[in-house]
Amino acid sequence: MIPAAFEYYRPKDLEGALSVLEEHGDDARVLAGGHSLIPMMKLRMAEVPHLIDLQDVDGLSGISIEGNTIRIGAMTTQHDIINDVQLASAAPIMREASLQIADPQVRYMGTVGGNVANGDPGNDMPGLMQCLDATFTLVGPEGEREVAARDFYEAAYMTDREDDEILTAVSFEAPSGGYAYEKQKRKIGDYATAAAAVLLTKEGGTCTAASIAMTNLSDTPVHSDAAGAALVGTSLDDAAVKAAVDAMLGDIDPTQDNRGPIEFKRHAAAVILRRAIENAWARA
Amino acid sequence: MSNKKHITLTVNGEEQEFLAEPRELLIHTLRERLRKTGPHIGCETSHCGACTVTMNGKSVKSCTVFVAQADGAEITTIEGLGNPDSLHVLQEAFKEHHGLQCGFCTPGMITRASKLLEENPNPTEEEVRFGMAGNLCRCTGYQNIVKSILAAAAEMNSAKEAAQ
Repeated sequence: MIPAAFEYYRPKDLEGALSVLEEHGDDARVLAGGHSLIPMMKLRMAEVPHLIDLQDVDGLSGISIEGNTIRIGAMTTQHDIINDVQLASAAPIMREASLQIADPQVRYMGTVGGNVANGDPGNDMPGLMQCLDATFTLVGPEGEREVAARDFYEAAYMTDREDDEILTAVSFEAPSGGYAYEKQKRKIGDYATAAAAVLLTKEGGTCTAASIAMTNLSDTPVHSDAAGAALVGTSLDDAAVKAAVDAMLGDIDPTQDNRGPIEFKRHAAAVILRRAIENAWARA
Repeated sequence: MSNKKHITLTVNGEEQEFLAEPRELLIHTLRERLRKTGPHIGCETSHCGACTVTMNGKSVKSCTVFVAQADGAEITTIEGLGNPDSLHVLQEAFKEHHGLQCGFCTPGMITRASKLLEENPNPTEEEVRFGMAGNLCRCTGYQNIVKSILAAAAEMNSAKEAAQ
């Protein structure tokens, strides 16, 4: 399986990458770790006449934690995230989720930027970013702008990013309280049948804040405000958890595919969310 | 469209220079151009791990890397780990503990395991299983592969202790 021929660029800075994008519009794509794009090119489902490899672009990778704010450069790999001790302590949900992405070889290459920018509903980081209420930084010919993860996804592979923009970083406030990333998959390396990212705050036995996002259960990640709201003000008794799960089921819209029929996916989503809520509460 | 690029790779310590189309996949470069036929083509879809090599200190599936991305890289294949006259500790352990049957996945298994033990010289059985999850074997049921890697780790650690 060999993709169609392309022109290859390896710019040293963002300006160089942007100028190729500007010149070739949607005939050009940026390449991060390549583990989504290269398989699509090999299958000839993606045609990329101009491929811009970001590996040498300065300043796109690395994790910085200043005060409460965490910023992760787009070219930071899942392997980097898993092995960053400070990040694991400031936002352990990042490590927990990254360990469930693909397999070791893919995690050495796979990047946070590629995972969030590609717009594949199966990717884990978009839902996680929505759970964390993260902000994405995009750079284009007009300069830099920021977009909330919760506003970024429009449909499968359709995002708020313009063709001439590059996603350069994600940032979010370090979460406090309990966390969990739970994922049901058919085998190692598979996308989720259903996955849930949950952050909960507990004060004196009562849940005072909750954020819940689901992965691969619609054509975009689903941040379920209603599911979070069903938990706030409760002690997470059975009725509250059931109300949250029911609210989530009202927000997702799975389709039938080789991971199962719709009813099975709804069942898996309910099991996974319940498990994530219980784990997060135990850690809160 | 002929847009060949000048590529330089260091493979198992030897510098290699050639012209190649950027779309050439690293596994084809290694096998067909440089005759390093240890890394195998299994699934060709980044699932099976038979094509695993070490590139700039990372275990990668060379079916999912363009040769242009690898330009300037240092690459180690199974041929760089040991040879029939002088087996690598992992090769010796796979032989001793029956860590293979047909042998198709073995170069990828051992190349990946060498990186795993470099990063974690004293892994638990669970860590070996998790760290080897990107490599599929259709013969062994994995039990003897895990046993081989744990035995190699013990062997390397006792050799290190003896040297101190």
